[in-house]
Parts: sequence; C-alpha cells; structure tokens
Amino acid sequence: MSKNLNPKPGSIPLHSPVPSVGAAQIHLLESLCNAIGVSGDEGPVRRIVLEKIRPNATEIKVDALGNILAIRNGDSQEKPTDSLRLRVMIAAHMDEVGMMITRDEGEGIFRFTIVGGVDANTLPGKSVWVGREPIPGVIGVKPIHLTTREDRRRAIPLDSLRIDVSPDQAKKVKIGDRATFGTGFKRIGPSIRARALDDRIGVASLIELLRIAPAHIDLLAAFTVQEEIGLRGAQVAAYALNPDLAIVLDCTPARDLPIYEKDGFNRCDQENIHYNTRLGGGPAIYIADRATISDPRLVRHLTQTGNDLAIPYQLRQPGSGGTDAGAIHKQRLGIPSISVSVPGRYIHTGATIIRIEDWKNSLKLVFHALERLTPDIFNVER
Amino acid sequence: MKSLLKKLVETAGPSGFEHQVRSLILDEISTHVDDFHIDNLGNLIARKGQRSAGGLKIMLAAHMDEISLIVTHIDEAGFVRFAPVGAVRRTTSLAGRVQFMNGAVGVIGSELFTDPGYAPAFSEMFIDMGAANRKECPVQVGDVAVFERSFLDLGNRLVGKALDDRVGVALLIQAIKDWSEQGIESPHEIHFVFSAQEEIGSRGAAVAAYGIDPDLGLAIDLTASSGVPKGIKMAVEMGKGPAIKVRDQYTLSDPRVVDWMVKTAQQASLPHQLEILETGFTDAHVIQLTRSGVPVGGLSIPSRYIHTTSEMIDTSDLQQALRLLVELIRKPFTLT
Amino acid sequence: MSGNNPTTEMMPFLKQLISVPGLSGYESPVRDLIEEVWRPLTDEIHLSRLGSLHALRRGVGPEPRPGLMIAAHMDAIGLMVTGLIDGFLRVTEVGGLDPRVLPGQLVIVHGREELAGVLVRPPDHLLPEDASLGRMSLNYLLIDLGLFASEVERMVRVGDLVSFAQPPLQLSDEYLAGHSLDNRASVAALTVCLQQLQGRQTVWDIWAVATSQEEETLGGAMTSAFQLKPTLAVALDVTFGEGPDSPSHETFPLGKGPMLSWGPNIHPGLFKTFKDLADRLEIPYRLEPIPASSATDAVAIQISAEGIPTMLIEIPLRYMHTPVEMVSLKDIQRAGRLLAEFAAGLDGAFMDHLSWDE
Repeated sequence: MSKNLNPKPGSIPLHSPVPSVGAAQIHLLESLCNAIGVSGDEGPVRRIVLEKIRPNATEIKVDALGNILAIRNGDSQEKPTDSLRLRVMIAAHMDEVGMMITRDEGEGIFRFTIVGGVDANTLPGKSVWVGREPIPGVIGVKPIHLTTREDRRRAIPLDSLRIDVSPDQAKKVKIGDRATFGTGFKRIGPSIRARALDDRIGVASLIELLRIAPAHIDLLAAFTVQEEIGLRGAQVAAYALNPDLAIVLDCTPARDLPIYEKDGFNRCDQENIHYNTRLGGGPAIYIADRATISDPRLVRHLTQTGNDLAIPYQLRQPGSGGTDAGAIHKQRLGIPSISVSVPGRYIHTGATIIRIEDWKNSLKLVFHALERLTPDIFNVER
Repeated sequence: MKSLLKKLVETAGPSGFEHQVRSLILDEISTHVDDFHIDNLGNLIARKGQRSAGGLKIMLAAHMDEISLIVTHIDEAGFVRFAPVGAVRRTTSLAGRVQFMNGAVGVIGSELFTDPGYAPAFSEMFIDMGAANRKECPVQVGDVAVFERSFLDLGNRLVGKALDDRVGVALLIQAIKDWSEQGIESPHEIHFVFSAQEEIGSRGAAVAAYGIDPDLGLAIDLTASSGVPKGIKMAVEMGKGPAIKVRDQYTLSDPRVVDWMVKTAQQASLPHQLEILETGFTDAHVIQLTRSGVPVGGLSIPSRYIHTTSEMIDTSDLQQALRLLVELIRKPFTLT
Repeated sequence: MSGNNPTTEMMPFLKQLISVPGLSGYESPVRDLIEEVWRPLTDEIHLSRLGSLHALRRGVGPEPRPGLMIAAHMDAIGLMVTGLIDGFLRVTEVGGLDPRVLPGQLVIVHGREELAGVLVRPPDHLLPEDASLGRMSLNYLLIDLGLFASEVERMVRVGDLVSFAQPPLQLSDEYLAGHSLDNRASVAALTVCLQQLQGRQTVWDIWAVATSQEEETLGGAMTSAFQLKPTLAVALDVTFGEGPDSPSHETFPLGKGPMLSWGPNIHPGLFKTFKDLADRLEIPYRLEPIPASSATDAVAIQISAEGIPTMLIEIPLRYMHTPVEMVSLKDIQRAGRLLAEFAAGLDGAFMDHLSWDE
C-alpha cells in the first residue's frame, strides 16, 4: 500500500496519522517558548507559526490585529456536500504576559510597566530579555545590607523596580520595547519547565492538529493575539471565521501544592480544595470559568470521548479565570464553545512547569473528539 | 399572573442551564406567537406582529436565569464545595437550602469561626447533602444548584427567590397572551427575548440582539427602591408604579425612548416613576452596543432584597407594569 | 450661546465648544454646534443610532473606495439629578469625577429652564459618622439653587442634567483652561484637519466622526465603527499633561507636540507611518507607551467586527477631569495638521504597504 508522503494543501492522506509528542514536537515547543511575543508584539511567534503551518493549510491570512487565521478544508470526498461539514474553530493564543519599557532614566536604567497579569512578586532579582534583538537586562533591587526589617516585611512596590541593561547598551533600548523573563526552556524528567508555556503549548498543539486534522471537518485554526489583555484577537477572529463551534487550547494553573498552616509549618493533613487543576491529572476540561459557561453538549462530547477511549482527563474547578472562549462564544449569533487546557504550575511567572504526559493526553483527547464530531451534536438544544 | 409567577419562581434556572424555565415558557406561549427558536446560547426568541406604518422592530428582553452555585469539589467526607455564579450574596447564603438540577437538595454550612459576627467567604462554606462520603454524594464537580425557597403571597406584596427576573418573564408571557386573546392590534414587529446568562454579564442578550438587530430595545427587569430604614436613597418606591429607566450603572437610556414611555404612561393615566440606579445593570447595556447601535430603555419593577431568597415586589406595580407594557405594544412610535 | 456664527479661529472656537453642554448620552447641544461647523467642510452628514455625528468627505479614487475614520468623542462628564429634598438637589455622576474637586463648584442645572446652582457639602454634624473622618463622596453633596422648594419642584425633576459653569479661562495666547477640554480639544483638532483639507482632493473617503458616550461606555465609537466599517481608523483623545500635581513619569509636557501612542491597541505599521510623516513635516511629537488598554475610543474601534487597524493620537491635558483642565493650542494645531496630511497622502496602494512585521 502506498502513502502520499507530500500532501498538497487541501488534499488529505487516506489514513490520517495519530497525534504524538515526540522529539519533533518538543523541539517545536522549545523554539516557540524561546520566541518573545508579549501581547501586541507577537511577530516572532507569528513567524514560526506561519512557517510551520504553510504546507498544511488551504488558506492563510494575517488579520488587522495580527491573528493568523488558517483554514484547512476537509476532504470533499469524505462528504459529498459542503454544508454537511462542520466548521470547527480551534484557538490558541500566541501572546504572553510581559513588560513594556516606559521611561528612559539614563545610563541604561529604564522604567517599565507590566502587560497582562504578570505575577509582580516574581519580578525582583530576575534577568530579562529586552526588545527585538533581544538584549539581556536585569531587574535589580537594593542589597539586603541596606534594607531594614520594616522594608522587608512589605512587598517591593512594583513602581520602584527598574530594568538595567548597562550604560553601554542604553542606546539599544527604546521606549515601547517589550521585555520578558530571561528563563530558558528545559526538559526535566517527566516535565518541561519554561517561560510562556501559557500558551505556546496550545500553539504547538494547534500546529500539530493542523497537520493531522480529520478529513470530515473544516478546521479553522486561529493563532490569536492579545489574549492576556482582554481576549481581543479571539473576538475579531471568531467574528471573521464565524464557525459552527469552537475549542480553545490554553494552559491553566495547577495550584496543587501543600497548604501552609498560619504558623508557617508545612502540614499536609488539610485538604487543598482550591487546586483548580492537578499536574498529571490529564487535560483539563472547562465546565465554566469566569468568562464562559462551556456548551454542555461539547462538555458531554469530550468527556464521552475520554471515557470511551480511556484517555485520562480532569474537570477544571469552575468559577475563576478566562480563555479566548470568553470572547468567542459571544460573537455574532453565539458560538458553542469549550476550552481544554494543559495544567501548568506558576503560570504568569518566568518558569512554568507542565507534565509531558498531560500534553500528550490533551492532544489525543482533542484529536479523537474531532474525529468523532458530527453535526448531530447540535440536534439537542443547548 | 400570580400563579404563573409562582410556577416560574419555583422552577430552577441557573445561568447557562435555563432549559427547565424555558420549557415552561414555551408551554405558555408557543401557540400564541408567530414563530420562535432557541439559539446557540439557549435564548428563547419568539416573534409576534407585523410591522406597519408607525411601527418599529422592537426587542423586549427578560432574563430566564437566576443567581446560582456551581460545585468545585467534593471532599472525602461528602461535603460539597462551591463557587457563586452571578452576584450571590455571602451573608444570605449561610443556612440556605439549595436544589440541584437532578432534584437533590442540601443545606449550606460553614467552617467554625471564633467571632460569631464574621461573614464567611464562599470558600469557607460548603453544602451538606447528607452524604456519608464522596461516593454517596448525589452530585459531582460542575453540577449547578439554585436556592430553594417557596413563593409567598402576602396580598399586596409578593415574595420569592428569582423574582429577578421571573417577574419580567411573567410580564412578557402575559403580554403575549393578552395580545393574542384580546384582539389587540400592534403596528410593531416584536421579538420577545427570554434571555440566558444575564446574571453573569448579559451574554445571551448580546447575541440575541445581534441576530435581531432591532430598531429599539427594552429590558424588563427589577430595580431597587427606597423605603426601608436607612436604605438606599432613590426616587423609586414600591407601590408607586412601574419605573421608566433613565440610567443605571452601565446604560444611559436613549432620551427619545424615555420620552415615549413617559408620554405613553401619561396618556393612559398610568402611575410611573423615573429610575436612576447607581449600582446594577440589565440586558439593556449590551443591546445598546450591538452592531451599529440600538436606542434602548428599560421598564423596571421596583423591588426590595434583590439577590436574596426573599425578593419582594408590589402586586399593584406588577399589574400596572403589564398595562404599560401592553400600551407600549399597542401604540405607534417612530424614532426621530 | 450658540446663536452666534461659529467662528473657526482657534481660541474663540475652542471657547465656544466648551461653553455648550453635551454630557454622555445627551450630546445634542454640542452636536448641533459641531454639525453647523462641519457642514460647509464636508459632503454629507448623518447621525448614528446612538447619536454620533458622521461627516463624510468623499474621495476621488475609483470604487470601491477605502475609508478613513477619524473619531473624537464629543461627550463630556457632568452630573445628573437623582432626588429633590427641601429644594436641594441630590446628584450622581455622568462619567468619572473626583468628588474632592466639587464643593464650591458653580453649576448649571438644565431643568425646565437653565438654573444657576452651586455644589455644597453640608457641615460634618449633619453627615454620617465617616464623613467627619474626611471621607468625600457624592452622597454628601447637594446643589443649592437659591430658590424656594416649591419653585424647584416645579422646574427640576429626577434625571435632569447638571454641567459645570466654570467659564473658559484664557491664560495666554497659547494656553486655555476650562471644563470639557476633554475631549473638545480633540474635536477642535479634527476641525483643523477638515479646514486644512478644504480645496484639496483625497483619494480615500474621509469620515470625521464625533462620537457619543465615550466617558460611559465607548458606545458611540463601537457602533459607529461597526456601521462605517472603515479600512483604517484614527482616534483622537487627550492624555495626562505634565504639571505640579502628577509624577513626571506618568505625564507628558504641554506645548511639545501631540503624543503618538504605541502598544497593542495601535497597529505598529500605522504608528510608523505617522512617525515618518511627522518627521518629514517637522511636527514635534512624543511617543506615548500604552501597555494594554488606552481607555479611549481606540479600544472599541480596534475590535469592531473583523478588526480595524487603529492609530491613537493624544493631546496633553493638565488636571484632567476637573473643571480647570489646561491645554496648549499649539498642540491642537499640530495634531490637526498631521491628520490632514495623513489623510491627503492616502492612496490606493497604502494598504498594500501596511505591514505587520518588518
């Protein structure tokens, strides 16, 4: 039996490969995490994505905000009429939280503000990358010898922090340049530790899904911008694509740490009831967060898929947070939507940790859910 | 209308899961409207009337959902932890009774505090379902519950949970029936929108308005009122008639719409009040910003104790609101 | 007030603009004035469903012609009557106000007649306990109209509007102080732009839009952008001017040119176009870094429908949202001129060259 090894855009091989997380995928994730793309300035990430998806999309467009909208039409041999093909939007955001330079104080010292929900407690005493080159810098603070006990009881105020690139490099930094934590990508046993796993892991998954999408649906991939500052890219992408349904791939906090009693001792007998998700628990399916109530029909479809095929998954604790689905589901006449995320510890800091197994299972779950999707899913009212 | 309101109030309709309330509404109106459909966010949209001279395409919105709770965790001893959906009040949740969509009921308890005057946070509360352990618990993570409380008819006052906004729903249902059964003529094409997910940001109304693209929109909802000891100071009081919304926290009503409503009330000699609500909003704010914009207003029923299980309205305000609503439906109106 | 012929000399025109009321949601008085001034400068004028003013200068390029929307919000902040007590008025805000600037402010109450009033804070022994701790709140302010209660009840009702009575203060040939310079200064700049385009052709359609309700909901900009669906948009607003009140790292100097905003709310290709143009025309400007939301009409315009490449130009304004805001007329002229040259320079090939990344 021969296989078509070089699929032309729009033509699908007879036997679709299954999703995998191997060396190639990890290498892709590393290059994505090492690219700097703070909200509003996603160019470096965009370049990587465009290069990777070109062979697998029928149509690619970069819109007014910088979103990449890539369409992979289903195989017309699979279904005789276009109208029976579901148009499925899958979104992952390219942007990360970070910093922006706001004021030049001379001698290579710069004021900055944060873009998106950076955990400000994690800024002091860190290295950063600044600008497009990028060049290295540090966020320094007063040496401990010069602080008082009073000083140390309180958090360092955000607006006392500065980025320092040294006087020699001063000319290379301009007001408006973005900056980000200087952490590198590292594989540690069953985990990956890196910056911007929220949501380069979703981006990597989406690139993979574009490669292996099932033939009976139209896959509308949206690599969105500005999610961290208000879901702005997703809003216009959903408006333009106007899909039948949407699945959002993100990275969500895992707060599954031991509880500290008030006296500071680390006791584990109290149950952690606000973990949101757990590392190793599988992809997290959203029932509801602050911004969206997932369409129950999609929740059923995903959990059913997981149960039938023995793919581990967890239900993300409802109530807080938000994803691109928050903007997507409210567009036009309403779009049935759901989010599926890879759990990560220490999101919005320079060093997020995920389990590779969770990533694998999230790809499997979404892929098989797509394979089993038919328009019948909307025969029941919401 | 009282028995209709009682039925509506005693049905569960948490935000995002309004289908039980929706079925009830459909039973009441399906034979009285020209057509209806249920959209992607669960809104029920029913159309009645043909547009003629002096008529507009009007959207009337009343929300089906009520504030609710969603399960976040079941612990090993069978206690259910939860998060609020919508503006649930901490102080009135303690010792509340809740009912899940599968019929299971439970009681809200809280962790122990040395200060009996402390109002616990939601994360310090739990629901006791009477289960001995996690396995026996009849609900799971993601299930939703509403507060359980019976409807009280005090004669001149009506009390219940979810009067916000089953009152608006009842008004729309009754207006549809009166229109159908009393041979009323209307120059307008009216889209009655029983909206979903209002309590968490008017999500249903936004997409409904996008689909209808009306010439004018009105939200039919509750508003606060003054009159209790050291209460909020407002020009609206219970028993003085329905309130015509001038503004609320997120909406400035179109002055032409306010004018039309005031004149209509005056010409029909109906009591009415002018509403300015500093904290609180309705579906009107998203309708106004749809597409190229929609002039909006609100027909509000004065109330007390909003978002508790003992919301209260005045019976005569309800009757007069219905009369004003029917007058607005009947009378020609153009926006100049 | 608006009985005079509107004049287009900058200082008197600006004074006129800030002497006409136009609170969010109730913009018609100032809108009428703007319409009168813009009519001879444009081909068509319409109203949007939420009361924004759309004025079109038709381009001469072949159909389908691309369109540029320039938006400046015409609404201003003020107060609204919420109750009448013994002839005094209780109020709430329209738009955002610091209550600490209000005691002693002269106001106009727009009731059945225009009535002169003053905002007062009663003495502490008449207020709840926390007021004596210095807490300022609109709840503790009243308007005294100097009339007997029965007169007040006849002439004022709940919902009536209240605007500031502070008259425009010309501090010099260059500096003007007064209320509502946020955002009438931008409306003036947009008018300068239209004047400088008089007698010139543009390839593109140019829409001058005075938006409504920016101070409350951004509703005017949101719905006008959706209706007009322009190819490009520029929003005009004011930003924090440097002064003795504010830390200098959060403000921008007056008289040194308009601010060209930079950040996710702005299309970087458009920023570059404006920067290069300003350099070429030798118009001074500064870069204003905005990390996320600009809190202007640009926020709504950029994400209308399928998205619109958007630029934001801001005019520095000292003591914003007080009745003594201060602006440099030079900055207004420069912003107007920059806009005119940008509009005049747009050709059929512009969008081809508007790129995302270098």
